[in-house]
Amino acid sequence: MAYSEKVLDHYENPRNVGSFNKDEKNVGTGMVGAPACGDVMKLQIKVGENGVIEDAKFKTYGCGSAIASSSLVTEWLKGKSLDEAMTIKNSDIAEELALPPVKIHCSVLAEDAIKAAIADLRQKQGQAGEADACDATCKS
Amino acid sequence: MSVRKPIYLDYSATTPVDQRVADKMIPYLTEHFGNPASRSHVFGWVAEKAVENAREQVAALVNADPKEIVWTSGATESNNLAIKGAANFYAGSKGKHIVTVTTEHKAVIDPVRELERQGFDATYLDPEPNGLVDLEKFKAALRPDTVLASVMLVNNEIGVIQDIEALGNLCRANGTMFHVDAAQATGKVDIDLEKLPVDLMSFSAHKTYGPKGIGALYVRRKPRVRLEAQMHGGGHERGFRSGTLPTHQIVGMGEAFHIAKEEMTLENARIKRLRDKLWAGLSEIEEVYLNGDLKQRVPHNLNVSFNFVEGESLIMAVKDIAVSSGSACTSASLEPSYVLRALGRSDELAHSSIRFSIGRYTTEEEIDYTIVLLKAKIGKLRELSPLWEMYQDGIDLNSVEWATH
Amino acid sequence: MSVYFDHNATSPMDSRVLEAMLPFLQQPHGNPTSRHGLGRQARAAIEQAREQVAAIAGAHPSQVVFTSGGTEADNLAVQGMCAALAPTRIAVSVIEHPAVMKPAQAMQRRGWSLTKVPVDANGQLDMQALEQTLRQPTALLSVMVANNETGVLQDIAAVTRLARRHNTLVHTDAVQALGKIEVDFTGQGLHAMSLSAHKIGGPQGAGALILDKSLDIQPLLHGGGQEKGLRSGTENVAAIVGFGQACELAQQELAERSANMLALREVLEAGLHRLGATVFGERVERLPNTSFFAFEGIDGETLVMALDRQGYAVASGSACSSDSTDPSPVLMAMGVAPDLALGAARVSFGPGNRIEQVSGFLQTLENELLRMKRMAAIAV
Repeated sequence: MAYSEKVLDHYENPRNVGSFNKDEKNVGTGMVGAPACGDVMKLQIKVGENGVIEDAKFKTYGCGSAIASSSLVTEWLKGKSLDEAMTIKNSDIAEELALPPVKIHCSVLAEDAIKAAIADLRQKQGQAGEADACDATCKS
Repeated sequence: MSVRKPIYLDYSATTPVDQRVADKMIPYLTEHFGNPASRSHVFGWVAEKAVENAREQVAALVNADPKEIVWTSGATESNNLAIKGAANFYAGSKGKHIVTVTTEHKAVIDPVRELERQGFDATYLDPEPNGLVDLEKFKAALRPDTVLASVMLVNNEIGVIQDIEALGNLCRANGTMFHVDAAQATGKVDIDLEKLPVDLMSFSAHKTYGPKGIGALYVRRKPRVRLEAQMHGGGHERGFRSGTLPTHQIVGMGEAFHIAKEEMTLENARIKRLRDKLWAGLSEIEEVYLNGDLKQRVPHNLNVSFNFVEGESLIMAVKDIAVSSGSACTSASLEPSYVLRALGRSDELAHSSIRFSIGRYTTEEEIDYTIVLLKAKIGKLRELSPLWEMYQDGIDLNSVEWATH
Repeated sequence: MSVYFDHNATSPMDSRVLEAMLPFLQQPHGNPTSRHGLGRQARAAIEQAREQVAAIAGAHPSQVVFTSGGTEADNLAVQGMCAALAPTRIAVSVIEHPAVMKPAQAMQRRGWSLTKVPVDANGQLDMQALEQTLRQPTALLSVMVANNETGVLQDIAAVTRLARRHNTLVHTDAVQALGKIEVDFTGQGLHAMSLSAHKIGGPQGAGALILDKSLDIQPLLHGGGQEKGLRSGTENVAAIVGFGQACELAQQELAERSANMLALREVLEAGLHRLGATVFGERVERLPNTSFFAFEGIDGETLVMALDRQGYAVASGSACSSDSTDPSPVLMAMGVAPDLALGAARVSFGPGNRIEQVSGFLQTLENELLRMKRMAAIAV
């Protein structure tokens, strides 16, 4: 299939590839997907004192659309609060990258990764209630 | 390095038409355009002569009688005709059970499934992890009511060569018809139908530097094999397959098979050297797995899994070369290659697989370029991969609980 | 220098069609299912051809299923449309091409009844007989638009109107009609229509079935799932591209081509009448290029051979049956006396034929007829 310009761009020049130390208190790590499905995304966020996401990094095992979705998301997350980050929808990602129908699931996974990272962070920082709500979404 | 891009390493999907074949075909498109069935004028006679000449050329490659060669529109149609045609003809006298292998091409599996829907019973054998069918297991699967067995000579994804002679003998002993899909085999391995105990064999032109849209079915005459025709009409090909014969395509297939007969031995030696060089270079990369037996394999094929890297992203990364992947993303469904799964490969390794199939026009420079490219791109993708990171940290990925959908 | 007057058997390739095909014969191109650039190029070429075929057929591109030719399309229609239904009745005209007749006959082994609807002396379908047939539950009716031997046309719109009133699906073999007259799949209310490339200056080895996709069809060829599962097998890219190009040219040039061929036929038949021939189906609408005729007391096979020796390629009935010694079943169905039918010969013009060739032919024909009559007199 032909890939959109934006997908190719993120694929050739992925933004924010790498890892933070997942044990740090202000780092949230979301790992979603499974090798058996052909998609695994690891998304990490580093949050500042004011609850705003300072930095984000990703690593993805998956097709071009999956890599592009997670790369795009790391750009969008920087500068957002956790609540704002929770509002990022897979449809926004899919639209921005012009994903064809057969690749929409890559954007869904990216949305799940954000929520998983935030849940991880909140759990670390002791906000158990929020974490429960998030788990339900992640497992859908 | 002066290589023409993209580099074509997907010869198992299709091959370019050899210039000598194209040259032979074109006069039959323009000047000698007659319908070979037209008995009443020279246009028809010229076309008919060319068709019969091509029939001899095809028969010569496989040591068969030209009368045993039936023209079809391709190997898919040959497979359909052989499987449905034989099963339906002999069901009354022999039985309604069919034996085949899970690694067969869809053009065999789907007709067998269709027969199941019509009341036949089928056994789909799994091969061994090296891709080869175990003779004892095959023998055990044959029943008194097994009317037909179908096993491909060379597998399209992993290139392994089945022991057709031994399998055929088992079928003979059981009174079972034996069909072999040889679409990937012509020009790559020797085929001698006088010696092989095979009743039906499918051929394709476009995998052997011939045109698309033409194939043939070998139908044994001694002892005589009967089939229920699938394409009815003007009675062409002795009633086996009606429809105007496409002269130019048949001429092309004949010439392609003629060239294969002449040049096969030397060509395969050169190709094997290139394939082995490619494998030597790629196996220098860490965590790389060969799919399928290396020895019982045609010299053109290399099917490799690159652990911790996903197949479609790899194909995108190596867009300077044309290859194919056993990854889910490149098939219509979200499932990985059923052939690799049948070998017992995990989903991850099936996802991360690339099939390299080289051919007549592959050069050493192209192989060298490919090795360099793969090493670079695998490195880059593994940097992106969380799985590679975990592997390097010493985590056993099998022990991880994944948050799946 | 041979003159070709057998375009209904097959036609010479138009050089513009060859030009379109050559890149796909001489240069490497991918398997259209492959995902890489070469494969995508092949895929794009096929989809363009699909649009070209749909345009001339009066159909939507999604209704076009590529096959290896007209015979396969006919088989897919008859077998495919019926296999998905519980067996009742198939009706065909008595003059259908073997590529429709034989699969319909084969369906009888699967529990289907077969009715052959008669034609009148002009070769047109007996509508009353058709109405009677359709009163019994009939799943499928197949009537060819134009007969390959006589060129006689059927009123397909009237046939489909009648059939739909009885809930019968209609297939038509339009192999001979394409490129000679207008065909309109949608406008004529058809459910399926067969086409072939090599009758309109395209290559042998490509055809199509135009199909109403709301119907449940069982494919003939199972396998990799090409053509949305309806026809598996690696697509014959070069031939399909040629088919598309041939369709586009045929559509653009239809009016001109048919006017030319009609003019040639009129000159031919004026001459044939002068020589005392019977021309079959001349009282009704026919394809503009076809003339099926016979001379009393002259053997058709012999005449055709003699004409070939003089450099004219014609036919004595359809190519497929040019092996048998029986009179044409089409003429039998029209009530033509067997003796006269055995004398039948067919001339079918194409875009490349010219008026001088027809005059030359008539002169030669006259000479050969004279010679044959003299020999018959001596033999007595």
